[in-house]
Amino acid sequence: MTKWSRFNVASVALGFAFLYLPIVLLVVFSFNESRLVTVWAGFSTKWYVSLFNNQGLMDAAWVTIRVALLSATIATVLGTMAALSLVRFTRFRGRMLFSGMVYAPLVMPEVITGLSLLLLFVAIGFDRGFWTVTLAHITLTMCFVAVVVQSRLLSFDRSVEEAALDLGATPLRTFFEVTLPIIAPAVFSGWVLAFTLSLDDLVIASFTSGPGATTLPMKIYSQVRLGVTPEINAACTLLIALVTVGVVIASIVTKRREVQRQRDEHAAFAGG
Amino acid sequence: MKSLGNIRRSFAPWADPDSKPFISFKNITKKFGDFTAVDNLTLDIYHREFFALLGASGCGKSTLLRMLAGFERPTSGEIILDGQDIAGIPPYRRPVNMMFQSYALFPHMTVESNIGFGLRQDGMPKAEIAERVRQMLKLVKLEQFARRKPQQLSGGQRQRVALARSLAKRPKVLLLDEPLGALDKKLREETQFELMDLQQELGLTFVVVTHDQEEAMTMADRIAVMSHGNVIQVATPAEIYEAPNSRFVADFIGDVNILEGKVKAAGNGRIEIAGDDFTVRTVGDAAPAIGTGAAFAIRPEKLKVSRAAPADAAINASEGEIWDIAYLGDMTVFHVRLPSGKVVKTSMLNAQREVENPIGYDEKVWVSFAETAGVVLKD
Repeated sequence: MTKWSRFNVASVALGFAFLYLPIVLLVVFSFNESRLVTVWAGFSTKWYVSLFNNQGLMDAAWVTIRVALLSATIATVLGTMAALSLVRFTRFRGRMLFSGMVYAPLVMPEVITGLSLLLLFVAIGFDRGFWTVTLAHITLTMCFVAVVVQSRLLSFDRSVEEAALDLGATPLRTFFEVTLPIIAPAVFSGWVLAFTLSLDDLVIASFTSGPGATTLPMKIYSQVRLGVTPEINAACTLLIALVTVGVVIASIVTKRREVQRQRDEHAAFAGG
Repeated sequence: MKSLGNIRRSFAPWADPDSKPFISFKNITKKFGDFTAVDNLTLDIYHREFFALLGASGCGKSTLLRMLAGFERPTSGEIILDGQDIAGIPPYRRPVNMMFQSYALFPHMTVESNIGFGLRQDGMPKAEIAERVRQMLKLVKLEQFARRKPQQLSGGQRQRVALARSLAKRPKVLLLDEPLGALDKKLREETQFELMDLQQELGLTFVVVTHDQEEAMTMADRIAVMSHGNVIQVATPAEIYEAPNSRFVADFIGDVNILEGKVKAAGNGRIEIAGDDFTVRTVGDAAPAIGTGAAFAIRPEKLKVSRAAPADAAINASEGEIWDIAYLGDMTVFHVRLPSGKVVKTSMLNAQREVENPIGYDEKVWVSFAETAGVVLKD
């Protein structure tokens, strides 16, 4: 272990402070007794209670979760399919164009994605609401899933699939019994990524949402314009907790897999 | 009766004009873009044969195997298996199974599930699958590892799981792609004999792809030596070694000395070639034109090194000087420099532990050989 120099300590502290001070402040003030956001007046959980009694916020949270679950799931299916075709069918006509277009939403300003989707929905007369937000989020998050799954597929040993075909499994069964179980961790991380992206999207949701389909970030943003209340702090704290739990679970799964693999290899060598 | 090499068993369907080939490649060509991997190749493999495709990497041997498995479709030509053209049949409907070079075990399944995978695809009843899996585990001596994952096994154990998995469906043909490539030398030699015994026991047709000539010679009934998408020679290991049909095969398999010269006389089952150091007289039915160039191939162990001149020093003999000596334990290799400056390689079996007055460096010696010791190459 190298010794920590003062410079190191300072830079780590500064980095953490820069990243987490605003969040810590938000969390701390969500437990504030006072209505004033910037003045500490003692510990209280009353804002959480009032949050759960705030029908508007609770409705928005419910909409957000439904949109996130549905869009993440569909985006995972589509993104996985896109990744498969990009990695496997290396010589189809228009592959370059397709791969460029799959990744376009990664770099496209959200305002443009949101606006173009809005124009599309208006043009085809699709009533804006829950379904338009969901569709828009699928468009946004599919490419992230594709990137994650594609990187896993690039290191995938094709002969394992060939072995399945050779042993009599049809291409479809090969996919579900061999390919999918092996790439499942990557597909799962793609899903988690899509879920969190959908959860905290404000811009695209604002463009494509309609009456009765206000998402939580939209609701928070509109309330903040009228003044920050500790209730909003409480809502944000819960959101942070949700995302943190998700990230921690994902990293524990990865870590355990890694440890298990090392232990297996060790056992194999010991067993001769 | 004289023959080339030891006959392993009375099994030679290729020599019997009445026997029908089990697998036939007919004018098979496979192109990948501009690259021709297999070039108008025709080859017959017989039932219960242990057949080896031998060649350097990129010679098309793996492509040929993959076409038999169904992973590649021939650009043109027919593949007949047991009387049926299989060119259009997908891999999952072919009665052949393959053992992969990387083993390609399913990492998310136990050893048992790996072996039973093919049987489950066929919808075999559970009890029968369990019984067959148990038999296969016993066959490859892995009973106590049934519930392990592939990552928890050593390289040799994984190889045996892959073998058991590819045999579980009792295929008509087992394809083996460099089956022992990932094993260390000792284990590889042991496993070669295990595979031979297994093939005999099960009475299956094995087609193995390898770049290791020793492996091919050990295991196979016949070997096809391949180069640039073509078969150069198909013959038993002994024929390949003792009677190579070309410079390529002679050079590819084992060590060889090639003596160049011009045809001096031919006929009556004899050929005489005049070279720089030797006048070669050998047996051979070919009748090349007098004066054309000819190459005579002779293996190092067929050359005799002696201090005394042989009885007829004008034919099949030359003076020389010991240039290098390598003692290898079981034999000693001498490099002898001939008057023209050409160095030939000879080897001598060390049948006795002690040698009276052994031949040393820089000594003048005679190199000689018998009339039947080598072959005239066809190109």
